[in-house]
Amino acid sequence: MSGLVYARYELLRTFRNRRFWFFSLGFPLIFFWLIASPQRNRVLQGTGLTYAAYYMVSLASFGTMISTGARIAGERQVGWTRQLRISPLSARAYFRAKVLTGYTMALLSLLLLYVSGAVLGVQLPAGRWLAMTGLIVVGLLPFAALGVLVGHLVNTDAVGPLIGGLVSILAFLSGTWFAITSGFLHAFGQFLPSWWLVQARNVALDGHGWSARGWVTVAAWTAILAAAAVWAYRRDTGRV
Amino acid sequence: MIVDVPGRIDGGIRLQDLAKTFSSPRGPVPAVRGIDAFIPRGETVALLGPNGAGKSTTIDMMLGLSKPDRGSASVFGRRPREAVEAGMVGAMLQTGELIRDLSVRELVSMMAALYPDPLDVEETLDLTGLADISGQRTHKLSGGQTQRVRFAVAIVCNPDLLILDEPTVAMDVEGRREFWSIMREFASRGKTVLFATHYLEEADAHADRVILMAHGRIVADGPTTEIKARVGRRTLRATLPGIDPEMLAALPGVVSAERHGDAVVLSCSDSDQTIRVLLERHPHAKDIEVVGAGLEAAFLELTGEPDVEEPEVLAP
Repeated sequence: MSGLVYARYELLRTFRNRRFWFFSLGFPLIFFWLIASPQRNRVLQGTGLTYAAYYMVSLASFGTMISTGARIAGERQVGWTRQLRISPLSARAYFRAKVLTGYTMALLSLLLLYVSGAVLGVQLPAGRWLAMTGLIVVGLLPFAALGVLVGHLVNTDAVGPLIGGLVSILAFLSGTWFAITSGFLHAFGQFLPSWWLVQARNVALDGHGWSARGWVTVAAWTAILAAAAVWAYRRDTGRV
Repeated sequence: MIVDVPGRIDGGIRLQDLAKTFSSPRGPVPAVRGIDAFIPRGETVALLGPNGAGKSTTIDMMLGLSKPDRGSASVFGRRPREAVEAGMVGAMLQTGELIRDLSVRELVSMMAALYPDPLDVEETLDLTGLADISGQRTHKLSGGQTQRVRFAVAIVCNPDLLILDEPTVAMDVEGRREFWSIMREFASRGKTVLFATHYLEEADAHADRVILMAHGRIVADGPTTEIKARVGRRTLRATLPGIDPEMLAALPGVVSAERHGDAVVLSCSDSDQTIRVLLERHPHAKDIEVVGAGLEAAFLELTGEPDVEEPEVLAP
């Protein structure tokens, strides 16, 4: 019960934060409209998807999810995490609240992108919208863990550049900005969880989700990053 | 999961051979070097010592935030972590601000909700003088107000053990006075309170007992009056030609006396008494100067270890 109250206040804090509205919800939307609206119905070469459909999912930002890390680093900086540690709030309830908040932000961002996509002419059967969303929800799992890991690993000075750098590199390698259809980048990208996250867009094309390899990759990254996040949280009891 | 049994609070707070060493680029830095202490339930104890004495490290270990290298701390018969999970401990840590984007009332309510048996939120806001600003956002408070909210967070959980690590640092005189009166009101409910401070006056005025730490060791432990007599020593200097130092040493309140030419230096446990008798017997004494020995000097005297070059331990 007490964990739920904590999660509720975490959400309340997020929604009151202007930076959240601007960076987490505003940025992906602005990019989407800038890129997709001039050529909304054109098919992006090699993908079979329209610009609108492609970027609608590509920009379903794992960056929003990782930004949980920035919030955690900030709370550590002011000593608040230590205050929570000396309360009966369990580590499990703490993680749950952080992950729940991250998902709420990410899914709200996704919803706005869906609406924008629909406005720009993306039409899908209801089942495909749902299947796509389901894959994105699963695909965001490793990034929820990554956010907690980053937040407990680095301080506030480093967390901004680190998250910014990670998101840029992952976005580049995972085909967020342009389609990667062959070659080394195509082979390499498949090892990344973000690759599979943006691959959820293929549901729009033919209704097919991930291959077995996709599921295994996402599951493996989730397990590794979650274990690392728990480790980082445990060791992080000192004064910052 | 800890099962609540009647009469669960017993045993007080016990530290046994507690030790912690941090590693630094210059080699290992012992912060706490094996301390033993027992605090019975209901007592208000001051942990007194200069910066770097090991107070905060000791508190971290009592709260389960830091793992001792040796020895143990127990809180009401439980390991620190277990006592914390059972909601028996409230603390105001030395460093700490508040998380933003909540009102004062919301923040205190959130923390209250985490504990099994919290105080009423409105009552706590009243008690800590926050009722008037309870609707304000936490990031728009002054330093003194922030300290009050942190105090409210520490007591709203209605802890059996309240730990305060240099709680009055950011407060003005008036704020301090109010803070201590609230602390005493809370302590009078049968709570065990441990507060760290480097002000002898605070320890003297608000604790039943003082545990004095220096260089990671407990150098004295006893009722405040006793400690005060030991560390409250003053140095009296005067110009007094042709006097026998032994006569000076025999004056009331003098612990030791030295003569350097015409100047005499008296170390006094009760300088008021000394000065009265001195002027009575030696009215020609002049250039009289009384200086309080700082806590640091007193600690050095007590520890007999002038290793002041030891780096201050602030963070692991």
